[in-house]
This record gives sequence, C-alpha cells and structure tokens, in this order.
Amino acid sequence: MGLTLAIDFGSTYTKVVAIDLSKEDVIGVAHAASTVDSDITLGLQTALERLSKTIGIERANVERTLASSSAAGGLRLVAIGLVRVLTTQAAEEAALGAGARLVGTFSYGLSPDDVKEIEKICPDLILLVGGTDGGDKETIIRNAALLGASRLESPMIIAGNRMAAHEAQSLLEAGNKYVVVVENVLPELSELKVEPTRCAIRDMFMRRITHAKGLDKAQSLVGDIIMPTPMAVLEGAKLLAEGVEGEPGLGELIIVDVGGATTDVHSVANGFPSQEDIAMKGLPEPYAKRTVEGDLGIRYNANSILQIAGRKKIEERLAFSERASGQINMEAAVQYLSKNIGAVPQREEEFLIDISLASTAVDIATQRHAGRIEDVYFPTGKVRIQHGKDLREIKCVIGTGGIFAYGREPHQVLEAGCYNRSSPESLRPIDPEFFIDESYILFAVGLLAEVSPSKALRIMKRYLKKV
Amino acid sequence: MEASEKVKGTLITGVIGEDVHIIGIRVIEHALRKAGFKVVSLGIHTSQEDFINAAKETKADAILVSSLAGHARVMAEGLKDKCIEAGLKDVRLYIGGMLAVDEPKWEDTEKTFKEMGFDRVYPPTTLPGRVIADLEADLGIGEKDLG
Repeated sequence: MGLTLAIDFGSTYTKVVAIDLSKEDVIGVAHAASTVDSDITLGLQTALERLSKTIGIERANVERTLASSSAAGGLRLVAIGLVRVLTTQAAEEAALGAGARLVGTFSYGLSPDDVKEIEKICPDLILLVGGTDGGDKETIIRNAALLGASRLESPMIIAGNRMAAHEAQSLLEAGNKYVVVVENVLPELSELKVEPTRCAIRDMFMRRITHAKGLDKAQSLVGDIIMPTPMAVLEGAKLLAEGVEGEPGLGELIIVDVGGATTDVHSVANGFPSQEDIAMKGLPEPYAKRTVEGDLGIRYNANSILQIAGRKKIEERLAFSERASGQINMEAAVQYLSKNIGAVPQREEEFLIDISLASTAVDIATQRHAGRIEDVYFPTGKVRIQHGKDLREIKCVIGTGGIFAYGREPHQVLEAGCYNRSSPESLRPIDPEFFIDESYILFAVGLLAEVSPSKALRIMKRYLKKV
Repeated sequence: MEASEKVKGTLITGVIGEDVHIIGIRVIEHALRKAGFKVVSLGIHTSQEDFINAAKETKADAILVSSLAGHARVMAEGLKDKCIEAGLKDVRLYIGGMLAVDEPKWEDTEKTFKEMGFDRVYPPTTLPGRVIADLEADLGIGEKDLG
C-alpha cells in the first residue's frame, strides 16, 4: 500500500510527514524553508527531496497527499459584530476555531473611517455578524451597505440575525462582493453556534483564498489545501480527545503551541462549573476553543513577554537551574532573540532562556484562555461566579511547537500552564499528565482524520510522548 | 379595540437573579396596572434572558427590574448589551430596590447603574406614583392621551 503525505505550508517552514497507513506508522518527517514569495512549490520540493534521502520514497509510492497552510500571512480575517462581548466575541470564537488570524475586530456600527481601515488591512475574508435571530437588524444592514459601497474585494461571510441576513447579502452583492450566508453564530443570547461559520470559513479558504494567495501553485503536486494549519491542529486535538468507535480518546485535553510570534492554546472540553452552586456569566464558550496570543512568542515577541511579565517573573522561572541564576542578562538576551528570529539555542544558558520565556508565555496564555472564578459577597452570603471554562479537572496537557521539539524541560514549560496557588482564580488543570508532540505531527493527524480517523488516532496516541 | 387603545404601554416586571423578595415589585405592578399599563409579571428568579425574551414576545416598551438582595450590580450587568443584540435598544430599562450594600451614597449607586445602561434607578423608598410619572414622561404619554 502507498504512502500518505501530510504537508503543511507554514509561515517559516514547509513540513512533510510521510505516513504508512497500513502499518499505522510515521515513516519520516522533513522540512525546508517555505518559499511563498517566489514559488511555494520550491520549498516543498526541497522538503520532499530531504524526505526522499532519509526514507527513499518514490513519487509513485505516494498514494495520497493532504495539505494545510498558514503561509502568506495565514487566513487574515476581519470580524465585525454588534456588541463587543456578544456577537463580536462569538464571531471571534468561530474565526479562531477555523484557524483564522484575526487582523481586525469591529463592534457596533462601522464608521466611514472604520471602512477605510478595513480597506487598508485588505483581509482575506470578512465575517459580518450582529443581532440574535429576531433581534437587532439595523446594525448589520447598515454595516453591509457600507461594506457594499466600499472598494473591498475580500469575500464575506454573513452569520448574523436570520431576519436581516438576506437584506445584508443583497446590499453586499449590489456592490459586487462575493457573499455566503450561514446560520447565526449567536442565534440566542445563551446559544453559541460556531460550527456553520467554521465550515463556511474553511470552504472559503479552500475554494477562494488559497488561489488569491498564490498557494494554488501547489495544487498540481498536493491537490487542494484543505484547511488552515491551526484548524488541522484543532481537528487533531478533537480526535485525540473524543476518540472514535472502537478506539477511545484521551478525554478532555489542552494543547499549547509556543511559537516565535504567537502562543496558541486549544482546549477540547466543556468547561462547565464543577459545583452546582457556581453561577456562569458571559457568553457560552465553544467546546473546542482556540485562543491566539499575538503578543506572546519566544522570538518576534520575546520582548513583549518581557514587557508583560517583567524581568523578575521570567528570572524566577530560571530558578530550577542553579547554574543560571544571576548569570543571565535577560534584557540583552531578549533583544538578541527578537532580532534573530531564526536563532536556535546551542549553549546551556540559551536553552534556559528559551525555557523561561516559553514557560512565561504558557503561563500568561493559559490564564487568558482558561476561565476564572470570582467570589462576590452579599448580605445573604457568598456567590461564586464563573467566567469562561473550568479546566481544573483536565488530565491531559500536550505541548507542541519548537520548544518542545528540543525535548528540554518540557515538564517545566507545561507546568506553567497549570493551576497555581498564587492565582487560584484561574481555572487551569490541577493535576494533569504532560505529553509532547515531539515529531510535530498533530497537524498531520488533523488532516488524516478526514480520511481515516481511527488510524490517525492510533498513530497520534503512539507518537505522543509522556514527559 | 377601545380597551387596547387605553393601554399606555406594555411593561415587563420581575425580580432578577437569585432573589425571592417579591413584595416590592408586586406593589408597583398593582399600581401600574391601575394606572393603565399592561404588566407582564415574571415573578422571582428571573434571568436576564427571561426579561429579554418576554420583552421581545410582547413588544414591550420598558423592562422594570427589581432587586432586593443587594447583588443587583452582578445580576444586572450586561443586560443593556443583550437588549442591543436582541433588537431592544429602545426599550427603557428601569431598576429599583436595595441595589447596593457597599455604597453609602445613593448618588454613587445611581451613577453606577446609569453607566450600566439603566434609564431610571430607584432607591427602596420610591413610591409607585414616581415610577408612573417617569414612565409616562419617557414613553411620551401626555395628558391628552389619557382619554
């Protein structure tokens, strides 16, 4: 039986994972620098050659290729809603869950300046929402009229008030925009419905956006690029958590992905309150939730981690290593890393700096992702209020991304994303087991889930390394 | 037809959140009905969504929220935002009762709730007549309409 190649056109690297489905085994992994600016297939060819050298694959052996992409800036999306903490947030949740990169968020009515700003951003996709079903119609219709009259050429998805969607569609189409209407992302105030929007985003990505970005050059080699990379990771996470018929999953889980520019956190968990007397506040959260911290990354944004956490906090994380304490000039190190984004640690202290920065990023990113609990006191007693997801009972935390591939102190980095007595209000896992996706195959498993979920799951379970 | 023309407006009333103090709003409801308003009474333990759904169904002119347990701020937070999403941005929001236990000055409490989007904020000592007069003013019900 032939090989399956899972390919990811990343912003920095093009990765290829060769899988023998009949043996349920990963045969080889290779990567090469991405070449989006010239010809995306060049980087792929290099990666394939490297793979071929290590495992000796022949083109004829390849039975199937599946590809994802976050190259060319990722799926750049602008979300436009009505109330910031309601439909706009619902739109953001859906967009992030589809693997999009939010490059702009607007609430309430758009002003002419807002429209100019969106024109300047020139997003790959615009997600227009607003109003619950039967709720506000005015804002989404007015926004559609403004966008329809704009110079924007981005395709658009409408996922707002059902009663206003078709009028909004007509207004956009009158301005020659390409528009798709799907079910409301917030049909009721207490019901978040991200799936139809997620599907529409993925569809738009596959059919239109990859062409617009020139990624379709790869099509002759790999077929359609079927989803944005972060969506593949989230699909992999869902499969790993839920399992399939006859092959159990690992149960609810969290995945942290520490990159050079961003830190992503995925949770596949309901996150309902653990006790009956806890009241929930705020918008319901998606079961498969992804957050992206655009200010936390251990290269481009190393300086930003330092600004947010402060030198002391980062240095405290070096305390596990006696050799490091007092010897490292954190400011200088961070300046160096943010200017040398390709830097790969060689010396002991460089590893330590990366580990302390990554731990700090994981700490902040998981606090932003997880819910929190607050005690409010009244004459009648204490009321406990939960915002967001309660992830304390989660037993599985997985690390993916470069920092975990080094295999240095992964436990330390992942532990930073757990329950901590100094911030007990943050509802993070109390006593989980830690795993790493050492070979970086989670995206491949997400892609493979499309064709053979049970095999994909068994491969993932085998390749997850407990730390 | 004549009977409905005489209705000055439709009002949603209820006690918000984990609160069983019903008497205050019952007194007001009685007075409002006598004054010619249609009152849709939701009773105790009313959630924000209950208020909004009832207002949507009945095309209400105002929502009157009662709270006597002292945690009104937590319970009523975000109600205005939800009204906006639900297409009820023009529906008047009133709140009254023991609204805060930690603010000694009424002016501070009133300011807090106005910032939360409430049009009228009443202390526990408010008499029904004042609420009726405010409703008539806010809903544009002049003397001439009273027949």
